[in-house]
Amino acid sequence: MSYEALRHFADSWGLLFLGMVFLTMIGWTFRPGSGRKHNEAAHMIFEEDHDDG
Amino acid sequence: MDTLLLKASGWLAIVFLAFIAMVLAADAGFAVHMAIIALAAGITLWVTINKADYAAIGRGILKAPADPGTYDDDPIRWGVIATIFWGIAGLTVGLIIALQLAFPVLNLNNEFTTFGRLRPLHTSAVIFAFGGNALIATSYYVVQRTCRARLAFPGLARFVFWGYQLFIVLAATGYLMGVTQSKEYAEPEWYVDLWLTIVWLCYAAVFIGTIVRRSEPHIYVANWFYLSFILTIAMLHVVNGLSMPVSLLGSKSYAAFAGVQDALTQWWYGHNAVGFFLTAGFLAMMYYFVPKQAERPVYSYRLSIIHFWSLIFLYIWAGPHHLHYTALPDWAQTLGMVFSVVLWMPSWGGMINGLMTLNGAWDKIRTDPIIRMMVLALAFYGMSTFEGPMMSIKAVNSLSHYTDWTIGHVHSGALGWNGMITFACLYYLVPRLWGKQRLYSLRMVNWHFWLATLGIVLYAASMWVAGIMQGLMWREYGDDGYLVYAFSEVVSAMLPMYLIRATGGLLYLAGAIVLVYNVWMTIAGKQRDEKPMTETPHNEELDKPIVGKPAIAPAE
Repeated sequence: MSYEALRHFADSWGLLFLGMVFLTMIGWTFRPGSGRKHNEAAHMIFEEDHDDG
Repeated sequence: MDTLLLKASGWLAIVFLAFIAMVLAADAGFAVHMAIIALAAGITLWVTINKADYAAIGRGILKAPADPGTYDDDPIRWGVIATIFWGIAGLTVGLIIALQLAFPVLNLNNEFTTFGRLRPLHTSAVIFAFGGNALIATSYYVVQRTCRARLAFPGLARFVFWGYQLFIVLAATGYLMGVTQSKEYAEPEWYVDLWLTIVWLCYAAVFIGTIVRRSEPHIYVANWFYLSFILTIAMLHVVNGLSMPVSLLGSKSYAAFAGVQDALTQWWYGHNAVGFFLTAGFLAMMYYFVPKQAERPVYSYRLSIIHFWSLIFLYIWAGPHHLHYTALPDWAQTLGMVFSVVLWMPSWGGMINGLMTLNGAWDKIRTDPIIRMMVLALAFYGMSTFEGPMMSIKAVNSLSHYTDWTIGHVHSGALGWNGMITFACLYYLVPRLWGKQRLYSLRMVNWHFWLATLGIVLYAASMWVAGIMQGLMWREYGDDGYLVYAFSEVVSAMLPMYLIRATGGLLYLAGAIVLVYNVWMTIAGKQRDEKPMTETPHNEELDKPIVGKPAIAPAE
C-alpha cells in the first residue's frame, strides 16, 4: 500500500471506524440498567473490608 | 531435581555467553554491560543451586510478615523499597544537574559527570525506576485485591521485578559511559531494549494471567488503566526501538527510521510515554487508592469509563506537538495540536472525578495528610493537563518551545502529579504490607507534604519566569533588524531562576527523605508519640444538665 493510499484510508474509513468504535464505547456506558451496575462496580473495592478484614 | 539442573545449567550458560561477549566486545561500554549481565546471572545461579531459603532471608531483612496464603505481597514489598530507593537516587541526580546549570564547575571537567550524561540518568531514574517500580508494585497490589485472586505465575512476577532492576542498572550505567541511542526517554541501546521487551512481556503475562484467574466477575476500572499502560508501552517501546546494531558485540546501533520519520516515531513514543506511563498508569493508582483512602466510592464510575476511552483514543495522536515548526508536515503539526487541545476535556473529567470522590468528606483534607497529598496530586494533574494543551497551541509554542517553560511544565506534572500520588500510595501501602496498625508518624507525612509543595511551587514558578524571559529575549529584534541579545546574555540572565529552581528541588528531596525515615520506622514497628492531626473539641464544663431549670417534660 502506498503512502497516499494509506493516508486516504486513514482520513476516511479509518477515521470513521475509530470514531464509531469510540462512540459505541461511550454509548455503552449509558445503556439502560448501567447505573446500578456502575454503582456495584464502584463499591466492589470495599467488599474485602467486610469479608476478610 | 531435573528442573533444578536444567535451570542451573541455563544460568551457567548465560554466565559463559556474557563472559565471552565481554571478552570479544567491540567497545568498553558493551564489555562493562556484559560483565554486569554475567554477574547478575552468576548471582541467580548461586541462589538457584544454594540450599539456603533466600525468600525467607529476604523476608527477615525486610521484616516482612509471614505469608498468610491470601495475596502474594512479597514482590510488592520489594517494589515499595525499590521505588523509594530509586526515587531518592533520581531526585538527588536531579538536584545535582540543577546545580550544574547554575554552577558549571560542578560538571567536574570529567566526561562521566557532565550534564549531558547525568541528565538522562535523572529522567530515566525518576520516570522508569521510581515511577516504573511504583507502577509494577501497585499494579500487583491492585490487580490481586480487585480480582480477589492471588498473583498468577509467582515465579514470573519475581523475574519481572529483578529483570526490571537489571534493566535500570544497565540503562543507568550506559548513560554514564555514553552508551545511548539519543532518543529522549528511550536512550538505552538495542540489547537493553531487547531485555526490557522480554521483561515487559512477562509483566503483561503476570497481569493478564491474574485478571483471567479472577473470582470477581467485573474488572475494576483501575485494571483497565493498568492494562492499557502495559500494552501501549509494549507497542511504543518495540516500534520506537526498531534499530540495526552495527555489531552483535557492540553497543552502537542505528534507528530503522531516518529524518522526520524518525523524529515523529520518537515523539509518538515520547508523548505516549507521558500519556500511558505517567498518566494512564498513575490514573490506575488514583482510581483505586483515592477511593480506598477516602473510604468512599469513586464519584462517577461511568465518568471513569468515559475518561478511560477518551484518554486512550485521543492521547495517541498528540505526539506531533513536540515537532512544531520543524520539517514535519504542517497538517501533522496541526493534528497534534488539535488532539492535544481536545485532550484537555478527558483530563479534566478525570481530575474532577478524582476530586469529587471526596464530595461529602472534604474535611479529610484537613485531618488526613495522605488525602491532602492525593488532592494536591489531582490538582497538579489538572494544572499540567491544562498547561500542556495550551503550550501545544502553535502560537504559544513559538514562545515556549526549547525554553525552560517546558521543563517547568514537565516538573509540575512529574513532581506534582506523579510524585505526590506515588508518595500517597506508598504511605497507604506500607502499614498494610507490613501488617502495622498505622504509619510511624502522620505529622511527618504533613511535613513531607509541605516541603514538597513549597518545592514544586518554587520549581514551577521559577521555570515559568525563566522560560518566558528566555523566549522573549531570543525573539527580540532591534530597529536595525539584528537580534538584541546574544545567547550568552540569555544564559546569564537565567542564573537567579536556576538558583530558585535548585532550592525547590532541594526542598522536594528533603520531603522525600522525611518519607524514607517515616517508612523505615514504620517497618521497624515503631509509632511516634505525637499529637493527633485533629481533635474533636470537648467542653467539660458544659457537659452536664442545666441546674435550676426542670428538664423538659416528655411529650404526652
